[in-house]
Amino acid sequence: MQGRRRFLGAAGSLAAAGALSGCSTAVGQAFTGSAGPSSLLNFWHPFTGGDGAQLVGMQSGYRKRNPGTDLKSTTLVWGSPYYTKLTLATLGQRPPQVAITHVSRLPTLAASGLLREISPSELDQHGLTAGRFAKSAFRSAHHAGKLYALPLDTHPFVLYYRTDIAKKAGLLDDKGQLTDVDGPDKFLDAMRAVKEVTGLWGASIATVKDPATCWRFFWSLYRQLGADLVTDGGRKVVMDRAAAEEALAYIRRMADQKLIPPGADGDGGAITLLTAGKAGFLMDGEWQLLAVQGAVKDKFDMRTFPRIFRDAPYACAADSHAFILPKAPSEKAQRADKALEFARSMLDASLDWAKGGHIPAWQATARSSAYHHLEPQAHYAEAADGAAYDPAAWYSGADSNLYRRFSDVVSSVVGGHTRPGAGAARMHAALKDLAGMEAPI
Amino acid sequence: MSTATGVRTTGGQRWTASGMLLPFGIFYVLFLLGPLLYTAVAGFFNDSLVKSGPGEWVGTANYAEALGSPEFWSSLGHTLWFTVLTTVPLILLSLTLALMTDRFSRGKWFFRLAFFAPFMLPSSVISLLFMWIYADQIGLAQGVVTWFGVDAAPSWLGSPNWAMISIAAATVWWTVGFNFVIYLAALQEIPRDVHEAAAIDGAGPWQRLRLVVIPMLGRATTLVAVLQLVASLKVFDQIYMMTNGGPDDATRPSLLYIFQTGFTDGRAGYASTVALLLFVIILLISLVWFALIRRTEKEG
Repeated sequence: MQGRRRFLGAAGSLAAAGALSGCSTAVGQAFTGSAGPSSLLNFWHPFTGGDGAQLVGMQSGYRKRNPGTDLKSTTLVWGSPYYTKLTLATLGQRPPQVAITHVSRLPTLAASGLLREISPSELDQHGLTAGRFAKSAFRSAHHAGKLYALPLDTHPFVLYYRTDIAKKAGLLDDKGQLTDVDGPDKFLDAMRAVKEVTGLWGASIATVKDPATCWRFFWSLYRQLGADLVTDGGRKVVMDRAAAEEALAYIRRMADQKLIPPGADGDGGAITLLTAGKAGFLMDGEWQLLAVQGAVKDKFDMRTFPRIFRDAPYACAADSHAFILPKAPSEKAQRADKALEFARSMLDASLDWAKGGHIPAWQATARSSAYHHLEPQAHYAEAADGAAYDPAAWYSGADSNLYRRFSDVVSSVVGGHTRPGAGAARMHAALKDLAGMEAPI
Repeated sequence: MSTATGVRTTGGQRWTASGMLLPFGIFYVLFLLGPLLYTAVAGFFNDSLVKSGPGEWVGTANYAEALGSPEFWSSLGHTLWFTVLTTVPLILLSLTLALMTDRFSRGKWFFRLAFFAPFMLPSSVISLLFMWIYADQIGLAQGVVTWFGVDAAPSWLGSPNWAMISIAAATVWWTVGFNFVIYLAALQEIPRDVHEAAAIDGAGPWQRLRLVVIPMLGRATTLVAVLQLVASLKVFDQIYMMTNGGPDDATRPSLLYIFQTGFTDGRAGYASTVALLLFVIILLISLVWFALIRRTEKEG
């Protein structure tokens, strides 16, 4: 009798312990909605490329310095599904304590009330004051006058070039740098010279199955013409059709003269043309750096996307990764202090981040001599000053409906199926359509 | 005495049966009927993905928007076009392959495995494989047609005219094995005596195939045709991965339209409306198709 009672008691306490420890597992938390032990810090990010590998190193540095914190880092696939998961987790009151967003997605997240504001006193406390960040990136981290994010980087659309090919084409100066590609005719002349060397294409760009690249291409040119798309959070269309037509006409000129392929794939096709020497230039985001470096070693360099039009200050399509604090149901679950401490630690490791290609937003790093000597990263660092962010609208931002609609037109113009004038009209119609839709926020 | 026992047993059996069905019943209600009902209700609200709660009541505004939207109709058209492009070859090709494989007396296992193997691959593997095959400038398909003397090879996934055909071809290669196995099993069930009797009666090989074998495969054909139709109407995975509905939305099926409005745009209410409309349409098409096939089967 005694033995049986003891056994039952032991079994009971075991079950209770199991239930308690269940709370600290991810599955347990999903069911109970508990925030887990206070040492736990959940971090979500969409870095699966070369930048993801850099992040792993930065995180292990953080873990070493903070043995008391249990950092759970979750990598999710980039794009719309990432934001869907982040949104639903926050609505379901089980958000990560800290996450990465593209600032182009910030307006929708903030306007929906999913983010916790970061107060000036918190910034002071963690040494995260405005002056320590790149200006335009920090500005883009605000919504309706309030700060919701801490920018980690600026990642612009840039120009890659094969130094061996450019040299043969006579485009390099005595320092081995590419010169004279600014201006509509000069850039085409340079491509033509390169085309003579490669025998195939001047430049490569992914215009098939790559809405984001098409958007960045168009947006860079369109912003250099000084034109805007929407105001009033995306409800009012102020698109300049003449400017859109001019930008598309320039893109068409490249395709007409067979300087760029009528269609190269986004899944490595465009990069392969550069690395295989079938094109001398590549127009793409700087985050392809490690991929290009892996293939051609030091036979390439990078610079800012050329200044084609002079109607406005220099502009190139760009976005920023930033830390956000998704709104948790309680202060205990929010752990804002720990999250900000983590963000600060990542910002301090910005030099590692820069090695993956991104331009650090943390000025202590961006102004350091170590970064100035980092090649080819330092050659396009000034692009951060011309960063042209996406227009603020619920249908805009990374991997959005706007990207898809506009890229269809760009892709069609490059392929020769749509004339620039008709393309601009289609963009305008698509924008009207999006602006007129019932907004989800 | 025997009656009493009978009643008691039946009663007990009834409870046993219900009890055993209960776990499944709960899942069915929780994960099928419940969400379906919720979808129907959400379709009358401007439900948003980025806000909690159902949003505001908008009546039939979502239905009016969907039925008046060219995007809804064009995506439905693409779904039907994909269904035609895949269902017909998937039935004819699987039948042909099964008939040919059935002729082998030795080494049949090899063909059975070879034709069925692609079906075991996940959609992501198939998509990646064909994205490389169809790639512009560097892809295998482009190289092959160039070798055959075509000057300007089409952009398989980049041209609005070719993209859907390319995806359909990849899908046929991927899923033909499933129908093939069903046909092969049905063929093996046809007794040898029937073949012999027909041969003795003077039927040639073509006549035996047309008048004996194909009619006896009627039930298999019904099964294959209905399963294939439903599978094709629900296409999503490979299109999402290979073209994401592009270029110019030329390959966007209804399910992708629902996904984009619901998850990219966050308009859950409107997406629910479209989802319910698609559900009703698939149900209707399947019923009509099923009735048609059953009738021809009976006539046969």
